[in-house]
Amino acid sequence: MNRLVKILILQPFLMLAFSPLNAALTIEISEGTVGALPIAVVPFDTSKLSSKLSADIAQIVTNDLNRSGVLTVLSRKSLPAVPHYSRQVKYPAWRAAGQDYLVVGRVLEKSPGQYDIQFQLLDVLKQKQLIGYSLQTKKRKLRSSAHEISDLIYQKITGIRGAFNTRIAYIRAQRNQGRKYILQVADTDGFNAQTVLESDEPLMSPSWSPDGQSLAYVSFENRRPEIFIQHLSTAKRSKISGFKGINSAPSWSPNGEFLALVLSKDGGPDIYLMNVETKRLTRLTRHRGIDTEPVWSGDGQSIIFTSDRSGSPQIYEVAATGGKPRRITFEGRYNSAASVSPDGKYIALVYGEAGQYKIAQLERDTGNLTVLTDSSLDESPSFSPNGKMVLYASTRGDNGVLYVVSVDGRGKHKLSDQTGDIREPVWGPYKRQQ
Amino acid sequence: MKSLNVRSKLLLLCIATVFITACQTGSDEIIEDSTTIDGVDQSQLEGLDGSIDGADSDLIALEDGSDGSAIAFGDEGSAQAMLDKADSVISSRVIYFQFDSAKISEESLSTLEAHGSFIASNGNVSVRLEGHSDERGSREYNIALGDRRAQSVRRVLLFQGASVDQLETISYGEEKPAMSGHTDDAWSKNRRVELVYQVN
Repeated sequence: MNRLVKILILQPFLMLAFSPLNAALTIEISEGTVGALPIAVVPFDTSKLSSKLSADIAQIVTNDLNRSGVLTVLSRKSLPAVPHYSRQVKYPAWRAAGQDYLVVGRVLEKSPGQYDIQFQLLDVLKQKQLIGYSLQTKKRKLRSSAHEISDLIYQKITGIRGAFNTRIAYIRAQRNQGRKYILQVADTDGFNAQTVLESDEPLMSPSWSPDGQSLAYVSFENRRPEIFIQHLSTAKRSKISGFKGINSAPSWSPNGEFLALVLSKDGGPDIYLMNVETKRLTRLTRHRGIDTEPVWSGDGQSIIFTSDRSGSPQIYEVAATGGKPRRITFEGRYNSAASVSPDGKYIALVYGEAGQYKIAQLERDTGNLTVLTDSSLDESPSFSPNGKMVLYASTRGDNGVLYVVSVDGRGKHKLSDQTGDIREPVWGPYKRQQ
Repeated sequence: MKSLNVRSKLLLLCIATVFITACQTGSDEIIEDSTTIDGVDQSQLEGLDGSIDGADSDLIALEDGSDGSAIAFGDEGSAQAMLDKADSVISSRVIYFQFDSAKISEESLSTLEAHGSFIASNGNVSVRLEGHSDERGSREYNIALGDRRAQSVRRVLLFQGASVDQLETISYGEEKPAMSGHTDDAWSKNRRVELVYQVN
């Protein structure tokens, strides 16, 4: 606590906070999804509540499922009926509407502010219930519960764990009076944004701890790049790297014991590992070129990073115990900013060719590179914890905006807002089982 | 033609200085970036290793023989007054770069020589070299690129006699653009090193 107070006094331009921000991000559907499974989500019955619900559960679920790229949700205008219980469903009407699946539900009030959300996922063709759940929740957790419902539906249909009820972190820059850099975390649909740190000097490169409790990031608050770790719920923070030169690009190991980072204290930018407890450093690369953007393989056995040792930025891999780095990208002049899928089979990266920077996905086994996006200034790809979506930053006008694209490239959706320039999104881990 | 030769000599000597600095710090790395030493392999660098004393006298000869724009700062009043002068060579405090490059152009080299001599003859000034990049590519790579640019500038200033204690480098990558927008014009203005002076 002492440290915190000290920082606040010494750094008046730095604001520590963890407060809700009212300006919510909004989702826009940018591209239709071809080949996705049709599902209808009927607005949940809220007629028995004493006051209007602050969140539209069915709408949140609809947006989540659409964003997956795997499912396409029937628009509300086209619903043939508005049932809330499975017994009210007349299946032929839903089959006629071309739907494979149907979600019905209702919200009951146990006591003021305490809710019971009940829903059923129905198979229209087999005319039977696939799953039915009752979720106990409270007012401020309504959105989170809605994302949990999305996860249950997604998992039942695809067999893959859903990642809607997780968090993302990103940097928001503002240019009103002078520049401001704000580190925020939000739900995966962009809502429920909370400020972690605000500074007049750049903030960069947030990285989630594997337990989702802390962020490592780069702050220029002392007019030079330094790496900090901050616990989210207590706001307790500490500087863990402030060597001469570059201190940058922190990345937490899957077991939480190490941070990979970039230091230039011994020459050019090189990759180091730091034991988070002891602060002991191990140097992983030594090359006069640029080595940066380290990330861990899913099993923690190797580090994937960007190096221009071949003349232009390409992706390399080195064992976490050291050794000779091995180049793994060969297509295109510019490949950087790798994000490794949780199963280790894919690497999302920034692919630059002919002055255009797009997000691409490299399949490790085959070496095949698939370009997922089609604009020209895309950056900072980050896999969802289930490996099925990639969050990234693009530009619109003078502002940075966040997008989510499904790994098959089919569904692409934008998280947008009007108040800033958003960049460097990074998808957090699954929440711990409660 | 003569000045060109002098330039390339200067560049080589600069590299030698860097190599020796690397040896002194006990590092087995050569702190150098590939863009300025294209075509110079390690054996050449080692060849220059033993001749650093000679290099110093060469440098003096170079200053004496140059057109004078780069020297004689010390006598014309306070460092602050010199810095405030609008039309001097050192009033130009931003060095621009090509895409994904830290190579200093011939034109910028003249400007930096003037800065280097000024810093060398004014021990009470210090300079913060702030490296920047344009927005293209990834942000962390751009931090490294901005650093490489700042280091390029630092080497020229050191060669001109500025002392290590007077120079500080930092890279902001693409985080602090001089000009917003996604145009070639904005990008060319953003690929830069800013010399920020402080008179102590």
